[in-house]
Amino acid sequence: MTDLALEPASRGAPQTSSRGAISIRNVVKTYGSGASQVTAVDDCSFEVAAGEICMVVGPSGCGKTSLLNAIAGFHDITSGEILIDGETICGPDRPMAAPGPDRVVVFQNGALFPWKTNLENVAFGPTMQGTMTEAAAKARARSLLAEVGLDDVAERFPGEISSGMRRRVEIARAVINEPRVLLLDEPYRALDALTKQVMHEALLELYYRNKVTIFFITHDLEEAVFLGHKLVISTARPCRPKTIIEVDIPHPRDRSVITSPRFRELMEAAHEAVRQEAVAAFQAGDKEG
Amino acid sequence: MAAGPTGVAVARSPYALRRAVVALAACAVLWQLGARLDDWTGVGAPGVGALPSPVEVAMAAGRVVVEPGYWISSALSFVRVMGGFLIALAAAVPLGLLFATNRTFRAIAFPVFEVIRPIPPLAWVPAAIIFWPTQEAAITFITFLGAFFTITINVLSGALSIDPRFVEAARSLGASRMTVFRRIVLPATAPSIVVASSIAIGLSWEVVVAAEIISGSSAMGSNSGGLGHFIWASYLGGSYDDIIVGMISIGIAGYLCSAAVRKAGALLTPWINAR
Amino acid sequence: MTEIDAKALGADGAVRTASAFPPTPTTVARRPFRASPKLPLSLVGFAAFLLAWHLAVEVWRLPRFAKLPGLVEVFVEWTSTDPMYGVSLFTAEYYQHILVSLKRIVAAFSAATLLGVPLGLLLGWSQRFREYVFPVFETLRPVPILAWVPISIILFSGAETSVVFLTFIAAFFVTTLNTMTGVQSIDPSVVRAARCLGASPRQIFRHIVAPGALPHIFTGLQVSMGVSWFSLVAAEMVSGEFGLGYLINTAYAKIQYPTIAIGMITLGAVGYASSALVRLVGARLMAWRLREIGVGR
Repeated sequence: MTDLALEPASRGAPQTSSRGAISIRNVVKTYGSGASQVTAVDDCSFEVAAGEICMVVGPSGCGKTSLLNAIAGFHDITSGEILIDGETICGPDRPMAAPGPDRVVVFQNGALFPWKTNLENVAFGPTMQGTMTEAAAKARARSLLAEVGLDDVAERFPGEISSGMRRRVEIARAVINEPRVLLLDEPYRALDALTKQVMHEALLELYYRNKVTIFFITHDLEEAVFLGHKLVISTARPCRPKTIIEVDIPHPRDRSVITSPRFRELMEAAHEAVRQEAVAAFQAGDKEG
Repeated sequence: MAAGPTGVAVARSPYALRRAVVALAACAVLWQLGARLDDWTGVGAPGVGALPSPVEVAMAAGRVVVEPGYWISSALSFVRVMGGFLIALAAAVPLGLLFATNRTFRAIAFPVFEVIRPIPPLAWVPAAIIFWPTQEAAITFITFLGAFFTITINVLSGALSIDPRFVEAARSLGASRMTVFRRIVLPATAPSIVVASSIAIGLSWEVVVAAEIISGSSAMGSNSGGLGHFIWASYLGGSYDDIIVGMISIGIAGYLCSAAVRKAGALLTPWINAR
Repeated sequence: MTEIDAKALGADGAVRTASAFPPTPTTVARRPFRASPKLPLSLVGFAAFLLAWHLAVEVWRLPRFAKLPGLVEVFVEWTSTDPMYGVSLFTAEYYQHILVSLKRIVAAFSAATLLGVPLGLLLGWSQRFREYVFPVFETLRPVPILAWVPISIILFSGAETSVVFLTFIAAFFVTTLNTMTGVQSIDPSVVRAARCLGASPRQIFRHIVAPGALPHIFTGLQVSMGVSWFSLVAAEMVSGEFGLGYLINTAYAKIQYPTIAIGMITLGAVGYASSALVRLVGARLMAWRLREIGVGR
């Protein structure tokens, strides 16, 4: 096992990784049956390249989370298939993927274990899987926490630190498993704009050190353009890619790109694409979700 | 598994009803077998062997429910429950609100309240019988005690957990103290009152039955009537099937009372489930 | 019937009862009034209460009150080395009654905890198990504890076992129900997080479900301790020899009224202490929770 924390080597531009390519092919997800049937995802197809940051953007409650849940293995899909690195994780023969440490989710409202210290939280994955001894997992967890600047709160409980810190701990808890795909479900939704900016840079920092495909759900356009290689703009419910915008601003990025003209142009394009859908969703009266 | 789009699994499978029926039927069959084992094989089953079988209980129930005495007992218990409960409600809600809104009063009286509260209601039975002129009043008093502490404590904690922003918002809109109390504190406490009441009425049944049994079984008091007494008299008379009929009756009565309180509460606090 | 009724539970999901002395548990909302009673004012409250008792019973001898044991009378009896009715702080009999009651409480409470917590965890954890077992549980639960008295006498020969059994039943239902609620209150995201971090069902049970349910379990145990005393007193008054409920009952029969008050006060004190003990153990086991609300450290 290579100690990624000690090798901030490939801080370069386009990420090349052989792991974590996601293929979403004609995925349909419906809930309920008969008159009360709701289609959350409808004939959705797109590709996420290995090592890419893919931002899935759409109005709240449009069914993006259903897609994420299908990849994570929390929900089945009604039809279609999802592949990771060419391997079918769910499809016609097996509607529900098995959750596993190769696809770790960072949840919307946070899901650290309140009864475990931050260190124990981060060490949880490898310890449970038995891929590391508890001592080794803790050592690795400590270095990961140090990497995100949280070594001094390692022994504290999640309830004792700020929500921004909790998010970083949670991402460290995911990254320690060296997943092929990191699934982020609007993780920064509840944070204020300033904290968000700090979190974005911290996430990119982590990303440059640990090659991993990121599947990131958001409805914040600035966040999407700042972080993503690619924006998949979804239609309002049911969720289906409406436009795909390639963000050609080179990585590594920092705060300064926000003021660049290209960033503005991309924001404008994304805004245009998303506006109609937001209006549609608003008129449908969907609750937040 | 039914799951909503937000991903929270609804904890009820399509088999829920069938499973409930199967489990309850299995228990009834086992009980029947256990109770009759002795008659069939000469070897008694441990425990249930001493009890009447469900069939005997059903037959006893059929016999008992047409007797006026059974209904008089039920009515007696019911009146005691309602008496104690309603007085407790009338006393505990204002007291709880007073504790919550007046710091000085709370500082003076709450510790006394907290010292008396741990005394189990039934420990009051002798004192109540000494104090109150009639046994009826004593039983109602004990029932009152059971419900009183529960409601007070829940109303207090409900009122204290009101978001202070509600109160501030109302004050900044020019509401008087009285208006704040009526329009904010009272409605915000209503859910706690409902919750407390449904628990308290169940507790009232516990206490009434206990008081009725104690008055019939010990030196204290005399035959008080009521379902508790019905059970005790059935025990003394050796009609064990009637005991179980009595237990079931009290269970149903208690359940219906709690359900009625919750229903009334839902009507009074329509905003609770509207989220 | 197969679902627990959320509205029958307190704000923090715990069933509260009058006999549940502890209800000053770990909820944040409650802390303000734990802290606020200032000592001098509370002394005023106690003084007023005791004075009212003394005046009504022993000085003015108000109608009806005059028959009750008075404050001075009770105090003198309680602290006498040679009590008129045989029970005071200096008699062995007094402690024997306390000890017998305590033994019964310990036996019933431990049995209820040892059976109720695992059952509650299982009910909360396995939907299938819950759908089979919970209806039976809910059918039995509305029957008041004292209605079990004749049955328990028939089932268990000997007053001792049946008293403990009655106490056990009351505690068992409360503990089981609160534990189940505790499991159901766990944020589903937390369980999902554990699954995608590669934890097996057994590990999830051990590392997520059990600790996650702990706050509710301990609220339940405090309530359970309360209902244990509630039922114990009732059961001791109906049958049984020795114990504080029995003491009160016989004191009434023998017209030893001060002893009734001594018994009541003792019950209050012992009951309060046992609930405080449960709370203390809970606080030790849930350091994370205390530190979260900023009390620990």
